Amino acid sequence: MRKTTRKFLAVTAGVASVALLATACSGDEDPGDATSGGATGDSSKPITLTVATFNNFGYTDELLAEYKKTHPNVTVKQTVAAKSEDARTNLTTKLAAGGAGLADVEAIEIDWLPELVQSGDKFLDLNSDEVKDRWLEFKTKPATTADGKLIGYGTDVGPEAICYRSDLFKAAGLPTDRAEVAELLGGENATWDDYFKVGKTFADKSDSAWFDSAGAIYQALINQQEFAYENADGSVVPLADNTTAQEAYNTVTSDEVQALSAHLGQWSEDWTAAFQKDGFATMLCPAWMTGPIEQNSGGITGWDVADVFPGGGGNWGGSYLTVPAAGANAEAAKELAAWLTSPEIQIKAFENAGTFPSQTEALQDPALTGAKNAFFNDAPVGEIFGNRYAAIKVTPFKGPNYFSVHTTVTDAITKVDVEQSADAQTAWQGALDAFGALGL
Amino acid sequence: MPVKSPVAPEDELDPLPPKTRRVGFSQTLSRWDVKVSPYLYISPFFILFLITGLFPILYTGYVSVHQWQMLQGQGDFVGFKNFTDVFGQPDFWKSLRNTFSIFLLSSIPQVIAAILIAALLDQNLRAKTFWRMGVLLPYVVAPVAVGLIFGRLFADQSGLINSWLTAIGLPAVQWHVSPLASHFAIATMVNFRWTGYNALIFLAAMQAVPRELYEAAIIDGAGRVRQFFSVTIPQIRATVIFIVITSTIGGLQIFDEPRVFDSTGQGGASRQWLTMTLYLYNTGWSGQYNLGRAAAIAWLLFLLILAIGMVNFFVTQRIATGSGAPSKREIKAAKQRYDAQRKSA
Repeated sequence: MRKTTRKFLAVTAGVASVALLATACSGDEDPGDATSGGATGDSSKPITLTVATFNNFGYTDELLAEYKKTHPNVTVKQTVAAKSEDARTNLTTKLAAGGAGLADVEAIEIDWLPELVQSGDKFLDLNSDEVKDRWLEFKTKPATTADGKLIGYGTDVGPEAICYRSDLFKAAGLPTDRAEVAELLGGENATWDDYFKVGKTFADKSDSAWFDSAGAIYQALINQQEFAYENADGSVVPLADNTTAQEAYNTVTSDEVQALSAHLGQWSEDWTAAFQKDGFATMLCPAWMTGPIEQNSGGITGWDVADVFPGGGGNWGGSYLTVPAAGANAEAAKELAAWLTSPEIQIKAFENAGTFPSQTEALQDPALTGAKNAFFNDAPVGEIFGNRYAAIKVTPFKGPNYFSVHTTVTDAITKVDVEQSADAQTAWQGALDAFGALGL
Repeated sequence: MPVKSPVAPEDELDPLPPKTRRVGFSQTLSRWDVKVSPYLYISPFFILFLITGLFPILYTGYVSVHQWQMLQGQGDFVGFKNFTDVFGQPDFWKSLRNTFSIFLLSSIPQVIAAILIAALLDQNLRAKTFWRMGVLLPYVVAPVAVGLIFGRLFADQSGLINSWLTAIGLPAVQWHVSPLASHFAIATMVNFRWTGYNALIFLAAMQAVPRELYEAAIIDGAGRVRQFFSVTIPQIRATVIFIVITSTIGGLQIFDEPRVFDSTGQGGASRQWLTMTLYLYNTGWSGQYNLGRAAAIAWLLFLLILAIGMVNFFVTQRIATGSGAPSKREIKAAKQRYDAQRKSA
């Protein structure tokens, strides 16, 4: 009996002390949590923030470690997915599962936004006075939900210029100087007709094609339209009645333009190999494309960039940083995302990886305006892409069905341009059928 | 129990009556041991299967009868609408055709080549382990790496294979344009990876064939070929069935190779090489984000694999019994002959 009593006492005491300890802990913890998640984010409690990116955002370990100087309690860790597709699947799957396992800051591509703004409640609203007027409207508009929430801070942008092979230009008797080439292609008021006309002159005197892929031209044409496939309210324009898309399609599949094409699908093996074989003389190149061109053109000299783009400005690609609302340190993560997309850091990322800054303020920075690219014959890429960035006027509206419809047309272009397995009329019929099967 | 002493202290007496019970219980235990233990030993797999296999299958069925978007989550109950929607999409029928075509182009040559390679490896070779490990090497290469390598080989304009073809005066093949050519290219990647793996399983089975059978066959005057068909094949019957069924399942689920066959992963501009799993993935995870419809495709694929698996099983068993034990028909015929002889005698 005695024994039992003593045991009972011991157990009771043990349980009580554990319970007390637990209460004491939670009593300590609660305010701590509140501070670290609070708006100030200046808690002294050490936290680790994770940043998930893909490809190369230019966020080196040294750059991320810099954040500790102003935020001694914060350690930043980065996970990098090799392909943006992987990052996208990871993000959407985990968002669908309630947000568990996501990084505190998730990088996204502009093309994922149509779907993500629909689930805006899964992200933190990043609007604040501090970041007002940081970006041009075309950068913030796609990341804004219907009720005005900003779900992503812009990182880089893809202002498009024309990259060209000056050696092939020379052989065909065209001017090679980048200013002259810009004038030749129409200068400030360059049109697509100018671009194709010069192409005709070039193709008559050269074995190389004028451009790499009709799909890329189509993409540029569509990116210059505000409403390509959908109306402002998100309703889809039936493809059969869509004169905008059909005109662009007719342009790139016309005999005159097809005669200028190298008939390559971008990113295919043949496309990569064509860089080594003088396959084509020009490319529509967003700022980030200078990297792949250099990578694929080992041993080729003569690439240059002309400060011109047909049909006005154009943007292709670019990324954002978002903060999933489910994160434990969402407010601290918001602060980190704002820092990572600040002008100084964008310049550093540009120096590290060539990602062109999207911040209007960063464009004035001498580190950017003075930037030159040795591979492109020392072209002042900072200045050129800055000019191209300022020329972007149109924000293409991309609703949730944008890509399903876009794919039906690009598939048709592939059949005409790359596979050459169907004529333009048959392929368009195929696009109409595929559009019908979408059941929109 | 004559030694039991009535003066013994209570403590020592107490256990006695339970003692008889304990014997009874341990007998029960040992009876249970014989009856239950085997099931307990194999249960971890089945418990795991229930959690990671059966539950997802049933849950997929639940998803397939609902409207279900990736990010918006569960919607209304729609019955079999997702299934009828899938049947209404031309891409589904294309994917079915492509899956079958690639499956036949890969599985059949694969199994035949694997048996032949295994038969060669079963001979008296020097450096046996070297050769045996050698056939397994392609299996070690990651599928995506295989995709990259073969992507270069099968490129339409700059590919090595087309350079060879044109060098010997043949026309270049448009590997990414014609459906059959693309199926052939993809099947080649699959065969590259799996033939050696299957060959090793066949080899393991062949090693277990009693050598006396070969000795007897040799005494009977059977050559190598006859030995192969009359001894080896019938003896490894169970393994043939196993390989045919596993490669059927693998072949119908093919995903990696068609996914990396071009840069977009959509299965080609006309969906020439869109397979069912790729169609499932594109429906659920890229573009449409329609998990309800993807779940419906998953169930259709599941039923299809079940059906083909059954057909396979019966066909292989029939072929195999033909050369192994006498079939019912053969026994019946023998009986009739015997009766006829008795009658005539």
